[in-house]
Amino acid sequence: MGRITVDDLKKIKEKHQATFKLREGGNRAKVTVHMGTCGIAAGARAVMDALIDEMAAKEVKDVILTTSGCAGFCVKEPMATVEIVGEAPVKYCSLNADKMRKVLNEHVIGGNVVEEYALVVGSETSY
Amino acid sequence: MVNYRANLMICGGTGCIAMGGLDLKDALEQELKGKGLDNEYRVVITGCNGFCAEGPILTAYPEGIFYKKLTPDNVPFLVEEHFLKGRPVEKLMYKEPEKKHAVPAMKDIPFFNLQVLRALRNKGLIDPESIDEYIARDGYLGAAKALMEMTPEEICETMTESGLRGLGGAGFPTGRKWASCAGYPSDEKYILCNGDEGDPGAFMDRSIMEADPHVVLEGMIIGGKAIGARQGYIYVRAEYPLAVKRLRIAIKQAREYGLLGENILGSGYSLDIEPYLGAGAFVCGESTALMYSIEGRRGMPRLTPPRSTEAGLWGKPTVLNNVETLANVPQIILKGAEWFRVLGTEKSPGTKVFALTGSINNIGLIEVPMGMPLRKVIYDIGGGVPKGRKFKAVQLGGPSGGCIPESLLDTPVTFEDITETGAIVGSGGMVVMDDGNCMVSVSKFFLDFTADESCGKCTPCRIGTQVMLDKLIDITEGRGKEGDIETLVDMSYDIIDGSLCGLGQSAPNPVLTTIKYFEEEYRSHIEEGWCKAGVCKELVTFYIDEDCKGCGACKRVCPSDAIWGEKKIAHHIEQEKCVKCRSCFARCKFGNVRTGPASLREELIKKQAVEA
Ligand SMILES: Cc1cc2nc3c(=O)[nH]c(=O)nc-3n(C[C@H](O)[C@H](O)[C@H](O)COP(=O)(O)O)c2cc1C
Repeated sequence: MGRITVDDLKKIKEKHQATFKLREGGNRAKVTVHMGTCGIAAGARAVMDALIDEMAAKEVKDVILTTSGCAGFCVKEPMATVEIVGEAPVKYCSLNADKMRKVLNEHVIGGNVVEEYALVVGSETSY
Repeated sequence: MVNYRANLMICGGTGCIAMGGLDLKDALEQELKGKGLDNEYRVVITGCNGFCAEGPILTAYPEGIFYKKLTPDNVPFLVEEHFLKGRPVEKLMYKEPEKKHAVPAMKDIPFFNLQVLRALRNKGLIDPESIDEYIARDGYLGAAKALMEMTPEEICETMTESGLRGLGGAGFPTGRKWASCAGYPSDEKYILCNGDEGDPGAFMDRSIMEADPHVVLEGMIIGGKAIGARQGYIYVRAEYPLAVKRLRIAIKQAREYGLLGENILGSGYSLDIEPYLGAGAFVCGESTALMYSIEGRRGMPRLTPPRSTEAGLWGKPTVLNNVETLANVPQIILKGAEWFRVLGTEKSPGTKVFALTGSINNIGLIEVPMGMPLRKVIYDIGGGVPKGRKFKAVQLGGPSGGCIPESLLDTPVTFEDITETGAIVGSGGMVVMDDGNCMVSVSKFFLDFTADESCGKCTPCRIGTQVMLDKLIDITEGRGKEGDIETLVDMSYDIIDGSLCGLGQSAPNPVLTTIKYFEEEYRSHIEEGWCKAGVCKELVTFYIDEDCKGCGACKRVCPSDAIWGEKKIAHHIEQEKCVKCRSCFARCKFGNVRTGPASLREELIKKQAVEA
């Protein structure tokens, strides 16, 4: 896409809001690995790699895998957020490759929150 | 004060707000008012329940009834039925599903439920390398509004009305700064972003640049239009490689979309932005030094006036704003000055981001409404100091700030109230210290930093900070003298009065505040030869008291085999072997390892010799 207009801005907003809310595109879930400096320093890359490999191995195709910045709770990094369509986001903390694989298999694929690694459910307040 | 009969809680979670939570709030308030119920029902925004998929969620207390997927259209019926006639509306209700798991919701965890995200609203939510995701969260709509619908005067007015103050340290009103610069006609002007972030312990600006780089660009576009700049620079330290990388990607994407460059969005306004990498000198965060640095000169401050808004970069009218300040701008333009003022206090509206660190359980990056008492920030959000330690002080504002003691923890976080204590809000570094911290050493640490970072241009700062540092070193190494405290205070005021820039003018703050609140600690160093926190090696003797249960933990951590004693019987430290590493002191959970003055060592050696 080249130069855009104000109308285009609104179109992009609508289109991507849909993916944000996972309403369109046939995706079932989204996993966000928090990769700010703190997350990376704590080992977020290994977590990300494990996730990519495990998703390939299990041939998971309907899950969006993405990265984002620091989740704010630096002392509990590496963190990841799992969002299943129609459910509240769950934040996992103090992850490593093994824990991430388990979260993928049990929560993202199996539908059961991995309580022992989960920190909190929901989204932050912003108004 | 009005006594409300009931509270209507609208979920303020990102999900519910995106689904129209704020429109719902407006509609509800209006309808209640129309029905004359606004004195009985209060509408409040709360933390997230975790029912995000059903949002916007409204919880009506005292009954605790959940309503789901509400729109402004539902409001008249809901108000009429439930709040006027007292008949809860079944078809709009949400039955809380049986909890499948035991994970707490955001609203039940103070770390999350006391925070409100504005500058950090996209944190952890969007892919920082995707401009489309930024746009999906209302990105560039503020810029579009400013460019297409507002005059420069209107932008400055909105900013002034919002009351936004510079969050980089000085708290100068942003609208006034912009209006001042707009008032100097020139065909060349500059809008700059200060991402230098030189305070030790601070990482707010880095995090914003890493997590949400486009918000910085958008803030600069709006500011640029307000003052009439055609070029902008982001001054960011080279030690922030991830921030630099993401800013560069963001700039490239914005240029491709025509959101930077010529004729942005067809508005006729043009602005380009480039990152400028600083080498990491603290003084280069000072506005005039920063501008010299961009010009390729040595980063040294100059005398003001003229102010930068009149003659800044290359001698042209220039506005410099901090990263966090700029991150607030787009939403203010989009939602209005009134919206911004909903949070915070009259003189310090809005929120402040803090980098919470030190001796505290929840280390992290937080954003709270201005006016929240320090105690709430430290204990409720921060979770207090780790077990077994005792709170001693909180350091705010880094090398330019000061230490606030326990007795002042009810101070609300506002520019005025914090300044009153002798500290400053500063850029937002918040370092919590416990009873294991020696306050003289803390002020030595900061003075060491400022003496090192002083650019050397003016004498009071160059020589003054060094002389003060030498005195502090003397005190911590047992060479303190009667009168040193008075000399330190005296010199502090001379340096504050005589220095050219903010670095020297604020460098003595850590010393002044620690003397103000912890003078007895300086005195015990000088007069008793005793650093009670056990930090200054020359001024401490470690020993184990008689209540020791002999658990052996201290013995195991001692690197020099200086501790002996049978299991379950009080242990002892062999003074001649002790290297004062402090490991046993930090290790003992029961407080049985104690500190005494340096002179105690000889006594103990004699006593041990007799006993042997
Ligand atoms: C020694 C010194 C260092 C400073 N470092 C920074 C810094 O790292 N970041 C920053 O935003 N402001 C810093 N400032 C404050 C700036 O001079 C200036 O007030 C600020 O960038 C203006 O932006 P604001 O009004 O948006 O806060 C520093 C000031 C001094 C005196």
